Amino acid sequence: MIVNDKNIPSRPAPASTRGIAGWLRENLFSTPGNSVLTFMGLAFLVWAIPPIFQWAVLQADFIGVNKEACTSEGACWVFVSARFQQFMYGFYPDTELWRVNIFFAQMTAVLVWVLWDKMPRRTWGGVWFLTGFPLTSFILLHGGFLGLETVETHKWGGLMLTLVLSLVGMVIALPIGILLALGRRSDMPAVSSFCTVFIEIWRGVPLITILFMASVMLPLFIPGDIELDKLARAMIGISLFEAALIAEVIRGGLQAMPKGQYEAADAMGLSYWQGMRLIIMPQVLKISIPGIVNTFVQLFKDTSLVLIIGLFDLLAVMQAGITDVNWPNISIEAFVFTGFVFWAFCFGMSRYSVALERKLDTGHKS
Amino acid sequence: MHAEVEEKEKQSVSLKHMAGTETMIELRGVNKWYGDFHVLKDINLTVRKGERIVVCGPSGSGKSTMIRCINRLEEHQEGIIDVNGVTLTNDLKNIEHIRKDVGMVFQHFNLFPHLTVLENCTLAPIWVRKMPRKETEEIAMKYLERVKIPDQANKYPGQLSGGQQQRVAIARSLCMNPEVMLFDEPTSALDPEMIKEVLDVMIELAQEGMTMICVTHEMGFARTVANRVIFMDGGQIIEENAPEPFFNSPQSERTQLFLSQILSH
Ligand SMILES: Nc1ncnc2c1ncn2[C@@H]1O[C@H](COP(=O)(O)OP(=O)(O)OP(=O)(O)O)[C@@H](O)[C@H]1O
Ligand SMILES: [Mg+2]
Repeated sequence: MIVNDKNIPSRPAPASTRGIAGWLRENLFSTPGNSVLTFMGLAFLVWAIPPIFQWAVLQADFIGVNKEACTSEGACWVFVSARFQQFMYGFYPDTELWRVNIFFAQMTAVLVWVLWDKMPRRTWGGVWFLTGFPLTSFILLHGGFLGLETVETHKWGGLMLTLVLSLVGMVIALPIGILLALGRRSDMPAVSSFCTVFIEIWRGVPLITILFMASVMLPLFIPGDIELDKLARAMIGISLFEAALIAEVIRGGLQAMPKGQYEAADAMGLSYWQGMRLIIMPQVLKISIPGIVNTFVQLFKDTSLVLIIGLFDLLAVMQAGITDVNWPNISIEAFVFTGFVFWAFCFGMSRYSVALERKLDTGHKS
Repeated sequence: MHAEVEEKEKQSVSLKHMAGTETMIELRGVNKWYGDFHVLKDINLTVRKGERIVVCGPSGSGKSTMIRCINRLEEHQEGIIDVNGVTLTNDLKNIEHIRKDVGMVFQHFNLFPHLTVLENCTLAPIWVRKMPRKETEEIAMKYLERVKIPDQANKYPGQLSGGQQQRVAIARSLCMNPEVMLFDEPTSALDPEMIKEVLDVMIELAQEGMTMICVTHEMGFARTVANRVIFMDGGQIIEENAPEPFFNSPQSERTQLFLSQILSH
């Protein structure tokens, strides 16, 4: 028989498992194989980083107005600053640029308001984001009202167009996607088959085809004098395509929900829509965050396909710049820079989603 | 024999408890199939206001299915189910009306993990009963005190033990001020040391006169609170009796076999 009535005092964990040394040991040198990989990784970084840094920063030219300013070996970032206006605004008239700037400012403010959980009255932020913000932005950017000069959408371009297309796509696609996903799982055969067919058709066609059809074929079907703006057609195409993708992400989330959650909601007397809104969707959206953000990131990049219907987004503006005879051999800088801008936005979305997932984590499921 | 059983049962009811004479739930000739599989066969059951019924029987005998028909989590194909004077039909209004009056506690609690304990309790009163938030919070705190966990009100279900979660689930149902409570094996997902805390809450509820139908294999609980014990097998009600005669002198062979199996371990 063993009786132990002494209290053993707590002591700190062994030094080799604590602090930086402990972290290194555990994460980088835990096994011989792991150590080899660590050294190979280090060697790669040592080999790759200095030349890139040298090209992009140390030997690069930043100041000037034309190609002649680029005299050193490295990157010619002068191109970016010389093209900055097109890159931001496309072919928006010089005198009206302030309108786009207000749009950028409002967008930043509203996004911070809605997305940052320390802001007050975020519900109102959300309402404004979905109503006032699109309306005021349309009036501002398109004009034709309140004495604002009309700026046709074919003059929109660059980062502004990319952002407009992605924002509209996301905002329209999410609710339609949710409805499609619910519809696909509906008990009513008419609803579920309609949603299934819709999803499968839109999802199965490349976006480039959809854009092309929206631009070339849609006008053939629409009777005579009604003329739908090319950008509007692209937005509809992108939004519905995106909605079909989102619907499948949401459907996955719906399937992952334990049956008990639906039953508890029903048993308490909640109606179908109450149950969906209060119980099911909050949980489904939470587990679907990675999938939804993945789809949004994809959409953000895919907006550059509008190039084929003659809209000049960020990438298209850059490509146009490359063909400029005054700027020979500039394609590397153009693509690196464009790539970096796309990456920065996508990475931002990804980091935000990670933070959101962490915030919404309320412990394991019941 | 049935008359005899009923006679005895009436005696024990009047002696032990004071169940009313109003009918709360009535199932008449209820039949249900899953595809070709006949799960419920000719179920007849009347539950009076204030009565406490314990349902037991082997796995797959249709116990859950039967009580889930009462609040239309499952649909029956034949027969009539009346709850508190309302007959269940396919009409959604009708179903939602019945669900307001019928609380249900599940084996796996089914709390809403994205809401706090308090929000779990106030959700249905706010959205279904349309009560002001403030008032629902007071009611919720009252019931959380009754189940002895008022201090957990602002935690999430995932941070509670199983026994605590099940007590929250009971409080959540009570917040709707139901006429009847249905329990589907409320303690079988719990560790032994937590079973008692949940059963204590249920016993208290019974003493206050709540009408209850309880699927459980806790025979001690059945003896203490039940007016009648029902034994089901193969989708049928095989035997129905007051707890004393049910446990001491089961009539049917199947009941005897079942009781010997569950009481032997
Ligand atoms: N959705 C369903 N589809 C088909 N068969 C089902 C379905 N739900 C239950 N069953 C079957 O119906 C029968 C009765 O199930 P039920 O859940 O009512 O049994 P139970 O008495 O509650 O058993 P347990 O003690 O295991 O909970 C079982 O044989 C089960 O396999
Ligand atoms: Mg069961």
